[in-house]
Amino acid sequence: MKDAHVNLAIIGAGPAGMSAALRAKQFGLSVAVFDEQPTPGGQIYRDVMRSRSQKLQHVLGADYAAGKNIAQPFLDAGIDYYPGSTVWRVAPGELSWTSKSGSGELLADRILAATGAMERPFPIGGWTLPGVMTAGAAQILLKLDGVVADDAVFIGCGPLLYLIVNQYLEAGVKVRALLDTAPGTNWFRAAKHVAGALCSPSYLMKGLKLLSNIQSSGVPYYSGVESVRIMGTTKVAGVHWNDGRRDFSLECENVFLHQGIIPNINLTMAARCDHHWDDLQACFRPVVDPFGRTSCDWLVCAGDGAGIVGARSAALSGEIAALAIMHDLGFLKAADFRRETVPLLRLRRKDQRIRPFLDARYLPLARFRSPTDPQVTICRCEEVRREEISRALSEGCPGPNQFKSFTRAGMGPCQGRMCGNTVVESFCADTGSSPDAVGYYRLRMPVKPVTIAEIGGL
Amino acid sequence: MFRKLEPSTREVSILVSGQRVEVPANANLACALLAAGVQLTRVSPVSGAPRLPYCMMGVCFDCLATIDGIPNRQTCLESVREGMIVEIQDGKAQYMHEASLGDYE
Ligand SMILES: Cc1cc2nc3c(=O)[nH]c(=O)nc-3n(C[C@H](O)[C@@H](O)[C@H](O)COP(=O)(O)OP(=O)(O)OC[C@H]3O[C@@H](n4cnc5c(N)ncnc54)[C@H](O)[C@@H]3O)c2cc1C
Ligand code: FES
Repeated sequence: MKDAHVNLAIIGAGPAGMSAALRAKQFGLSVAVFDEQPTPGGQIYRDVMRSRSQKLQHVLGADYAAGKNIAQPFLDAGIDYYPGSTVWRVAPGELSWTSKSGSGELLADRILAATGAMERPFPIGGWTLPGVMTAGAAQILLKLDGVVADDAVFIGCGPLLYLIVNQYLEAGVKVRALLDTAPGTNWFRAAKHVAGALCSPSYLMKGLKLLSNIQSSGVPYYSGVESVRIMGTTKVAGVHWNDGRRDFSLECENVFLHQGIIPNINLTMAARCDHHWDDLQACFRPVVDPFGRTSCDWLVCAGDGAGIVGARSAALSGEIAALAIMHDLGFLKAADFRRETVPLLRLRRKDQRIRPFLDARYLPLARFRSPTDPQVTICRCEEVRREEISRALSEGCPGPNQFKSFTRAGMGPCQGRMCGNTVVESFCADTGSSPDAVGYYRLRMPVKPVTIAEIGGL
Repeated sequence: MFRKLEPSTREVSILVSGQRVEVPANANLACALLAAGVQLTRVSPVSGAPRLPYCMMGVCFDCLATIDGIPNRQTCLESVREGMIVEIQDGKAQYMHEASLGDYE
């Protein structure tokens, strides 16, 4: 295995990775695709090829089923596909992976990181209690095995949250309440992007329909929620919240949180390519050219992992990245490269017109990104609280990376995925510095924890 | 409480903390544990607080459990197999950390 070689190794079999693989294969490159999930699809099309009852297909909707149009050709194309395989190390010209049945290394002329997004951490009181999950997790349970929770409270904002509540309603599952944290003041920020949104009427109509379905469904809907706390000692007992005027509370067993998605940057960060803070999306993203090339010439990035673009543009950017790689490796002449990419770039530009509006409308309140309550846990693994940032600062800790050794925040198994953004924004809130100035944790390989046995198996 | 929208067509049995549990064949393990009403998969290493799967997509590591004797497995990335033995993960995840691995660059 160690000497195996491909032209292109792709990490991630979501819309971006699968589309890139299909393009590259079509032009005769040798391609290998790795994904730690057992089936192709990525987050949006998670387990899309599973056979389901008519009812479940209906609940998940046509946009989900459309994933088969990428996943089926992907499975049929004879692409070297490693399901259930985690890539834990990338380096110029090679990568290392591990799976239940073994591990190995692969040489690759280029590596494409199509590692997608994750839900933005939602650090509020009680968010570590059993019974609290992300809304995306609730959707995954529905997609995987048709598992649902009755009488759950959904909290947060953003199109994905409203989609999932709609899927619950479609499935006939009783929803206890939706606490909407989308700040009313965001309308001012979003106003200047309305023209772009109006150029995407189909997205806009879909979004409006999701919200109006919820409001007409009879599900208790609370808007303008400004602070929330989940109650309970060993599991969720209820929720307390405030909308700036009044306090409310509800008893419940399940809470689903969601406040947008951010790129999954651990792999690109550990590869040491340049990243910068995206103000509109409030997250770090790798610096890429329009074709996904990073500052490392061996590493290209496509899909939501390079900045949130949504599934359609993720697929387009996968194709664009594949073409750029073929061009750079000499498989595609410059003129052919231009001819192939121009229409794809145009489609992506068109698809992205609504994005600035969505980003501005659903940017979560600062206090939901960087908690003001000193007792709130920010690092779930090492159970580090918000107050420890203020304490570290007073002891001369200059930023997130040093904060790691002060408190162990970011040193647990999730390697900072659940706290990185919060720690960065909290340092900024306390010091007045910019995220680019305070920086992120310095990440290293392995990008996913591995055991000695797994490394030994090489 | 989690429940399945539809009954499963085929079940297999697994052992969760010594208890026999019937779960749908081919189910995702974390999903099956939640649907079976399991109260915790992991005890947090610092305060000993109970945890259950949070993200279901492999990024939070709150679903860690010992599977067939191997500790620190992410149950949200596993499929169930007949006879699988799942134990609650108590205490620190025994992973190799960056410091002990050195710089792999
Ligand atoms: C939980 C969740 C649910 C979502 N649901 C929807 C939805 O219903 N509708 C919608 O429009 N958008 C949804 N999105 C948004 C989503 O990001 C899509 O826009 C789309 O999936 C992005 O495609 P992608 O190919 O860039 O990445 P993804 O689809 O996220 O695919 C990335 C893949 O990379 C794999 N991966 C990551 N790191 C590694 C590694 N180190 N080794 C091996 N494999 C790795 C992951 O397992 C994943 O399958 C969701 C996002 C999340 C986080
Ligand atoms: S539930 Fe988050 S990693 Fe498994």
